[in-house]
Amino acid sequence: MIAGAVGAAALIGVGEYTMITRNEMPTPVTGGVGGAFSLTRDNGAPFTERDLLGKPAMIYFGYTFCPEVCPTTLTHMSAWLRALGPAAADLQTVFVTIDPERDTAAKLKEYLSGFDPRIIGLTGTPAQIATIARDYKVYYKKVPLPGGSYTMDHSSFVYLMDAKGRLAALIEYGEKDSKAMAALHKLLRGKA
Amino acid sequence: MVKFLALAAAAAMLLAGGSAARAATARVGALSISAPWIRPTPPGAPTAAGYLNIANAGTTADRLVGATTPAAASVEVHEMSMTGGIMKMRPVPGGLAIPPGGKVALAPGSYHLMLIGPKHRLVAGQSVMMTLIFQHAGKLDVRFPVANGADGKAGAAAGTMTMGAMPAMGTKPARAAKP
Repeated sequence: MIAGAVGAAALIGVGEYTMITRNEMPTPVTGGVGGAFSLTRDNGAPFTERDLLGKPAMIYFGYTFCPEVCPTTLTHMSAWLRALGPAAADLQTVFVTIDPERDTAAKLKEYLSGFDPRIIGLTGTPAQIATIARDYKVYYKKVPLPGGSYTMDHSSFVYLMDAKGRLAALIEYGEKDSKAMAALHKLLRGKA
Repeated sequence: MVKFLALAAAAAMLLAGGSAARAATARVGALSISAPWIRPTPPGAPTAAGYLNIANAGTTADRLVGATTPAAASVEVHEMSMTGGIMKMRPVPGGLAIPPGGKVALAPGSYHLMLIGPKHRLVAGQSVMMTLIFQHAGKLDVRFPVANGADGKAGAAAGTMTMGAMPAMGTKPARAAKP
Protein backbone atom coordinates (compact mmCIF):
# COMPACT_ATOMS: atom_id res chain seq x y z
CA MET A 1 0.00 0.00 0.00
CA ILE A 2 1.24 3.45 -0.83
CA ALA A 3 0.25 6.08 1.68
CA GLY A 4 -0.10 9.71 0.81
CA ALA A 5 1.42 12.27 3.07
CA VAL A 6 -1.75 12.65 5.07
CA GLY A 7 -1.23 9.11 6.32
CA ALA A 8 1.96 10.27 7.95
CA ALA A 9 -0.04 12.17 10.50
CA ALA A 10 -1.01 8.82 11.91
CA LEU A 11 2.57 7.59 12.13
CA ILE A 12 3.29 9.37 15.35
CA GLY A 13 3.96 7.23 18.35
CA VAL A 14 4.23 3.57 19.03
CA GLY A 15 0.74 2.45 18.19
CA GLU A 16 -0.75 1.02 15.06
CA TYR A 17 0.00 2.88 11.87
CA THR A 18 -2.97 3.92 9.82
CA MET A 19 -2.25 3.50 6.16
CA ILE A 20 -4.22 5.70 3.81
CA THR A 21 -4.16 5.04 0.10
CA ARG A 22 -3.78 7.71 -2.51
CA ASN A 23 -7.25 6.98 -3.75
CA GLU A 24 -8.74 7.71 -0.40
CA MET A 25 -6.65 10.80 0.13
CA PRO A 26 -5.70 12.26 -3.24
CA THR A 27 -4.35 15.56 -1.98
CA PRO A 28 -1.14 15.13 -0.02
CA VAL A 29 -0.71 17.49 2.87
CA THR A 30 2.87 18.39 3.65
CA GLY A 31 4.52 18.90 6.96
CA GLY A 32 5.07 16.82 10.03
CA VAL A 33 7.70 14.48 8.65
CA GLY A 34 11.35 15.27 8.04
CA GLY A 35 13.62 17.98 9.29
CA ALA A 36 17.21 18.83 10.06
CA PHE A 37 19.67 16.05 10.82
CA SER A 38 23.39 15.56 11.11
CA LEU A 39 24.70 12.10 10.28
CA THR A 40 27.77 10.31 8.91
CA ARG A 41 27.99 8.75 5.47
CA ASP A 42 29.25 5.23 4.90
CA ASN A 43 32.46 6.78 3.55
CA GLY A 44 32.94 8.73 6.77
CA ALA A 45 31.87 12.12 5.41
CA PRO A 46 29.28 14.25 7.17
CA PHE A 47 25.77 14.19 5.72
CA THR A 48 22.91 16.50 6.61
CA GLU A 49 19.40 17.27 5.38
CA ARG A 50 20.97 19.89 3.11
CA ASP A 51 22.59 17.08 1.12
CA LEU A 52 19.14 15.75 0.28
CA LEU A 53 17.43 19.01 -0.63
CA GLY A 54 17.17 19.93 -4.30
CA LYS A 55 16.38 16.40 -5.46
CA PRO A 56 13.67 13.94 -4.47
CA ALA A 57 14.83 11.24 -2.07
CA MET A 58 14.00 7.65 -1.26
CA ILE A 59 14.81 6.87 2.38
CA TYR A 60 14.73 3.58 4.26
CA PHE A 61 15.41 3.03 7.95
CA GLY A 62 16.74 -0.40 8.94
CA TYR A 63 19.75 -2.28 10.32
CA THR A 64 22.25 -4.84 9.11
CA PHE A 65 21.39 -7.50 11.72
CA CYS A 66 17.93 -7.69 10.12
CA PRO A 67 17.88 -11.03 8.26
CA GLU A 68 14.81 -10.59 6.09
CA VAL A 69 12.93 -7.32 5.85
CA CYS A 70 15.90 -4.99 5.38
CA PRO A 71 17.82 -6.97 2.74
CA THR A 72 14.55 -7.64 0.94
CA THR A 73 13.65 -3.95 0.92
CA LEU A 74 17.14 -2.93 -0.19
CA THR A 75 16.95 -5.51 -2.98
CA HIS A 76 13.65 -4.04 -4.13
CA MET A 77 15.01 -0.50 -3.89
CA SER A 78 17.98 -1.57 -6.03
CA ALA A 79 15.59 -3.05 -8.60
CA TRP A 80 13.50 0.13 -8.62
CA LEU A 81 16.61 2.22 -9.26
CA ARG A 82 17.58 0.00 -12.18
CA ALA A 83 14.03 0.12 -13.54
CA LEU A 84 14.00 3.91 -13.37
CA GLY A 85 16.89 4.01 -15.81
CA PRO A 86 18.28 7.50 -16.47
CA ALA A 87 15.48 9.05 -14.39
CA ALA A 88 17.18 7.65 -11.28
CA ALA A 89 19.83 10.36 -11.66
CA ASP A 90 17.27 12.76 -10.20
CA LEU A 91 16.74 10.63 -7.11
CA GLN A 92 18.86 10.30 -3.98
CA THR A 93 18.57 7.00 -2.14
CA VAL A 94 19.52 6.62 1.50
CA PHE A 95 19.64 3.76 4.02
CA VAL A 96 19.64 5.07 7.60
CA THR A 97 20.55 2.60 10.33
CA ILE A 98 18.45 2.58 13.47
CA ASP A 99 21.15 0.44 15.13
CA PRO A 100 24.08 2.88 15.30
CA GLU A 101 25.81 0.93 18.06
CA ARG A 102 26.55 -1.94 15.69
CA ASP A 103 26.23 -0.31 12.27
CA THR A 104 29.38 1.75 11.89
CA ALA A 105 30.09 3.64 8.68
CA ALA A 106 32.54 0.91 7.61
CA LYS A 107 29.98 -1.80 8.36
CA LEU A 108 27.34 -0.02 6.30
CA LYS A 109 29.75 0.46 3.43
CA GLU A 110 30.55 -3.24 3.30
CA TYR A 111 26.90 -4.28 3.66
CA LEU A 112 25.60 -1.89 1.03
CA SER A 113 28.22 -3.06 -1.48
CA GLY A 114 25.79 -5.92 -2.10
CA PHE A 115 23.14 -3.52 -3.41
CA ASP A 116 22.82 -0.71 -5.94
CA PRO A 117 25.90 1.51 -5.54
CA ARG A 118 23.69 4.61 -5.54
CA ILE A 119 22.31 3.72 -2.10
CA ILE A 120 24.02 5.87 0.51
CA GLY A 121 24.41 4.46 4.02
CA LEU A 122 24.00 6.80 6.99
CA THR A 123 24.83 6.28 10.64
CA GLY A 124 25.51 8.53 13.59
CA THR A 125 25.55 8.69 17.33
CA PRO A 126 22.57 7.17 19.12
CA ALA A 127 21.39 10.74 19.79
CA GLN A 128 21.70 11.73 16.13
CA ILE A 129 19.76 8.65 15.04
CA ALA A 130 17.13 9.37 17.68
CA THR A 131 16.70 12.85 16.23
CA ILE A 132 16.12 11.78 12.62
CA ALA A 133 13.88 8.91 13.74
CA ARG A 134 11.79 11.30 15.81
CA ASP A 135 11.46 13.80 12.95
CA TYR A 136 10.66 11.13 10.38
CA LYS A 137 8.22 9.44 12.78
CA VAL A 138 10.19 6.22 12.59
CA TYR A 139 9.43 3.77 15.33
CA TYR A 140 12.40 1.76 16.58
CA LYS A 141 13.14 0.03 19.82
CA LYS A 142 16.10 -1.92 21.13
CA VAL A 143 14.91 -5.20 22.63
CA PRO A 144 17.36 -7.20 24.77
CA LEU A 145 17.58 -10.93 24.08
CA PRO A 146 18.64 -13.78 26.35
CA GLY A 147 22.40 -14.13 26.17
CA GLY A 148 23.14 -10.42 26.11
CA SER A 149 22.42 -9.65 22.46
CA TYR A 150 19.54 -7.54 21.24
CA THR A 151 17.17 -7.12 18.33
CA MET A 152 15.61 -3.98 16.90
CA ASP A 153 11.90 -3.50 16.36
CA HIS A 154 11.48 -0.94 13.62
CA SER A 155 9.00 0.51 11.18
CA SER A 156 9.51 -0.74 7.67
CA PHE A 157 8.26 1.93 5.27
CA VAL A 158 10.19 3.40 2.38
CA TYR A 159 9.87 7.18 2.50
CA LEU A 160 9.58 9.21 -0.68
CA MET A 161 10.50 12.83 -0.05
CA ASP A 162 10.22 15.63 -2.56
CA ALA A 163 13.01 18.02 -3.51
CA LYS A 164 11.97 20.41 -0.76
CA GLY A 165 12.22 17.74 1.93
CA ARG A 166 8.48 17.15 2.25
CA LEU A 167 6.99 13.71 2.58
CA ALA A 168 5.42 12.68 -0.72
CA ALA A 169 4.51 9.04 -0.10
CA LEU A 170 5.23 5.98 2.00
CA ILE A 171 5.75 2.57 0.45
CA GLU A 172 4.68 -0.30 2.66
CA TYR A 173 6.80 -3.45 3.03
CA GLY A 174 5.75 -6.02 0.46
CA GLU A 175 4.18 -3.48 -1.88
CA LYS A 176 4.02 -4.54 -5.52
CA ASP A 177 6.90 -3.26 -7.59
CA SER A 178 4.45 -1.77 -10.10
CA LYS A 179 2.87 0.43 -7.44
CA ALA A 180 6.21 1.44 -6.01
CA MET A 181 7.42 2.37 -9.49
CA ALA A 182 4.29 4.42 -10.11
CA ALA A 183 4.93 6.33 -6.89
CA LEU A 184 8.56 6.90 -7.85
CA HIS A 185 7.67 8.12 -11.34
CA LYS A 186 5.14 10.46 -9.86
CA LEU A 187 7.71 11.75 -7.37
CA LEU A 188 10.26 12.34 -10.11
CA ARG A 189 7.73 14.17 -12.24
CA GLY A 190 7.31 16.53 -9.32
CA LYS A 191 3.67 15.69 -8.94
CA ALA A 192 3.87 13.65 -5.79
CA MET B 1 39.45 -23.27 4.47
CA VAL B 2 38.31 -26.85 4.91
CA LYS B 3 34.78 -25.64 5.44
CA PHE B 4 35.00 -23.40 2.41
CA LEU B 5 36.17 -26.27 0.25
CA ALA B 6 33.36 -28.48 1.52
CA LEU B 7 30.80 -25.83 0.63
CA ALA B 8 32.39 -25.22 -2.73
CA ALA B 9 32.25 -28.93 -3.46
CA ALA B 10 28.61 -29.05 -2.43
CA ALA B 11 27.82 -26.09 -4.64
CA ALA B 12 29.70 -27.69 -7.51
CA MET B 13 27.66 -30.87 -7.09
CA LEU B 14 24.47 -28.88 -7.24
CA LEU B 15 25.61 -26.97 -10.29
CA ALA B 16 26.75 -30.19 -11.98
CA GLY B 17 23.17 -31.36 -12.23
CA GLY B 18 22.42 -32.59 -8.76
CA SER B 19 18.99 -31.33 -7.84
CA ALA B 20 18.75 -29.04 -4.87
CA ALA B 21 15.31 -30.43 -4.23
CA ARG B 22 16.51 -34.00 -4.23
CA ALA B 23 19.38 -33.17 -1.97
CA ALA B 24 17.02 -31.35 0.31
CA THR B 25 14.52 -34.03 1.24
CA ALA B 26 15.18 -35.57 4.61
CA ARG B 27 13.38 -37.55 7.27
CA VAL B 28 14.01 -38.42 10.88
CA GLY B 29 11.55 -40.53 12.82
CA ALA B 30 8.06 -39.33 11.96
CA LEU B 31 9.32 -35.96 10.73
CA SER B 32 9.77 -34.99 7.09
CA ILE B 33 11.77 -31.95 6.08
CA SER B 34 11.19 -30.32 2.73
CA ALA B 35 12.06 -27.19 0.80
CA PRO B 36 14.99 -25.98 2.91
CA TRP B 37 16.63 -22.82 1.65
CA ILE B 38 18.66 -19.91 2.91
CA ARG B 39 18.36 -16.35 1.77
CA PRO B 40 21.55 -14.98 0.17
CA THR B 41 23.29 -12.46 2.40
CA PRO B 42 24.71 -9.02 1.68
CA PRO B 43 28.48 -8.69 2.19
CA GLY B 44 29.42 -8.73 5.85
CA ALA B 45 25.85 -9.42 6.95
CA PRO B 46 25.88 -10.47 10.62
CA THR B 47 22.82 -12.69 10.23
CA ALA B 48 21.10 -14.96 7.72
CA ALA B 49 17.67 -16.58 7.58
CA GLY B 50 16.93 -20.20 6.78
CA TYR B 51 13.53 -21.62 5.89
CA LEU B 52 11.99 -25.10 5.57
CA ASN B 53 8.81 -27.07 5.95
CA ILE B 54 8.43 -29.70 8.66
CA ALA B 55 5.68 -32.33 8.66
CA ASN B 56 4.98 -34.64 11.56
CA ALA B 57 3.36 -37.92 10.51
CA GLY B 58 3.52 -39.30 14.02
CA THR B 59 1.01 -39.30 16.84
CA THR B 60 3.06 -37.31 19.32
CA ALA B 61 4.20 -33.72 19.23
CA ASP B 62 7.81 -32.83 18.64
CA ARG B 63 9.71 -29.60 18.84
CA LEU B 64 12.45 -27.96 16.76
CA VAL B 65 14.68 -26.67 19.52
CA GLY B 66 17.65 -25.45 17.52
CA ALA B 67 20.27 -26.19 14.94
CA THR B 68 23.99 -26.05 14.38
CA THR B 69 26.00 -25.38 11.25
CA PRO B 70 29.67 -25.01 10.42
CA ALA B 71 28.64 -21.94 8.41
CA ALA B 72 27.64 -19.75 11.36
CA ALA B 73 28.53 -19.14 14.98
CA SER B 74 25.08 -20.15 16.18
CA VAL B 75 21.53 -20.82 15.03
CA GLU B 76 18.29 -19.90 16.79
CA VAL B 77 14.62 -20.44 16.00
CA HIS B 78 13.06 -17.00 15.56
CA GLU B 79 9.71 -15.59 14.62
CA MET B 80 9.24 -12.42 12.64
CA SER B 81 6.05 -10.42 12.75
CA MET B 82 4.83 -7.34 10.97
CA THR B 83 2.13 -5.32 12.66
CA GLY B 84 1.12 -1.88 11.54
CA GLY B 85 4.29 -1.62 9.48
CA ILE B 86 6.52 -2.40 12.47
CA MET B 87 8.83 -5.38 12.10
CA LYS B 88 9.60 -7.41 15.19
CA MET B 89 11.77 -10.46 15.58
CA ARG B 90 11.93 -12.71 18.61
CA PRO B 91 13.43 -16.05 19.58
CA VAL B 92 10.78 -18.76 19.93
CA PRO B 93 10.99 -19.75 23.60
CA GLY B 94 11.56 -23.48 24.03
CA GLY B 95 11.59 -24.07 20.29
CA LEU B 96 8.94 -24.51 17.65
CA ALA B 97 6.19 -27.09 18.26
CA ILE B 98 5.49 -29.59 15.47
CA PRO B 99 2.02 -30.94 16.27
CA PRO B 100 1.22 -34.62 15.61
CA GLY B 101 -0.20 -35.01 12.12
CA GLY B 102 0.62 -31.37 11.49
CA LYS B 103 2.92 -29.27 9.37
CA VAL B 104 4.86 -26.17 10.17
CA ALA B 105 6.32 -23.78 7.64
CA LEU B 106 9.37 -21.72 8.47
CA ALA B 107 8.83 -19.08 5.82
CA PRO B 108 9.41 -15.39 5.10
CA GLY B 109 7.28 -13.21 7.33
CA SER B 110 7.06 -15.88 10.00
CA TYR B 111 9.30 -18.46 11.64
CA HIS B 112 12.87 -18.84 10.47
CA LEU B 113 16.20 -20.26 11.49
CA MET B 114 18.33 -17.28 12.42
CA LEU B 115 21.96 -17.91 11.55
CA ILE B 116 24.01 -15.62 13.75
CA GLY B 117 27.52 -14.75 12.65
CA PRO B 118 27.76 -16.36 9.20
CA LYS B 119 31.39 -17.29 8.58
CA HIS B 120 31.27 -16.19 4.97
CA ARG B 121 28.90 -14.46 2.60
CA LEU B 122 26.10 -16.79 1.46
CA VAL B 123 25.74 -16.57 -2.31
CA ALA B 124 23.04 -18.16 -4.47
CA GLY B 125 24.25 -21.48 -5.81
CA GLN B 126 26.05 -22.46 -2.63
CA SER B 127 24.54 -24.69 -0.02
CA VAL B 128 24.91 -24.91 3.72
CA MET B 129 24.74 -28.04 5.86
CA MET B 130 22.73 -27.66 9.02
CA THR B 131 22.04 -30.13 11.80
CA LEU B 132 18.48 -29.66 12.99
CA ILE B 133 17.85 -30.59 16.61
CA PHE B 134 14.44 -31.95 17.56
CA GLN B 135 13.36 -32.59 21.12
CA HIS B 136 12.26 -36.19 20.46
CA ALA B 137 13.33 -37.20 16.97
CA GLY B 138 16.89 -36.14 17.61
CA LYS B 139 19.30 -34.68 15.09
CA LEU B 140 19.02 -34.49 11.34
CA ASP B 141 21.55 -33.19 8.82
CA VAL B 142 19.92 -31.15 6.07
CA ARG B 143 21.48 -29.38 3.12
CA PHE B 144 20.09 -25.86 2.68
CA PRO B 145 20.58 -24.43 -0.82
CA VAL B 146 21.24 -20.71 -0.88
CA ALA B 147 18.35 -19.61 -3.05
CA ASN B 148 18.02 -16.44 -5.04
CA GLY B 149 15.03 -14.15 -4.88
CA ALA B 150 14.59 -11.42 -2.35
CA ASP B 151 11.05 -12.49 -1.63
CA GLY B 152 11.84 -16.18 -1.51
CA LYS B 153 10.25 -17.06 -4.83
CA ALA B 154 13.25 -19.11 -5.83
CA GLY B 155 13.03 -20.98 -2.57
CA ALA B 156 9.35 -21.58 -3.05
CA ALA B 157 10.02 -23.03 -6.49
CA ALA B 158 12.59 -25.41 -5.06
CA GLY B 159 10.02 -26.37 -2.47
CA THR B 160 7.50 -27.30 -5.10
CA MET B 161 9.96 -29.73 -6.58
CA THR B 162 10.64 -31.22 -3.21
CA MET B 163 6.97 -31.57 -2.49
CA GLY B 164 6.51 -33.44 -5.75
CA ALA B 165 8.99 -36.01 -4.54
CA MET B 166 7.04 -36.45 -1.32
CA PRO B 167 3.46 -37.36 -2.23
CA ALA B 168 2.69 -38.22 1.36
CA MET B 169 2.80 -34.55 2.23
CA GLY B 170 0.30 -31.92 1.36
CA THR B 171 1.25 -29.18 -1.00
CA LYS B 172 0.27 -26.35 1.29
CA PRO B 173 2.06 -26.58 4.60
CA ALA B 174 0.03 -24.75 7.18
CA ARG B 175 1.53 -22.49 9.75
CA ALA B 176 1.50 -23.91 13.21
CA ALA B 177 -0.73 -22.18 15.68
CA LYS B 178 1.14 -19.72 17.81
CA PRO B 179 1.87 -20.95 21.31
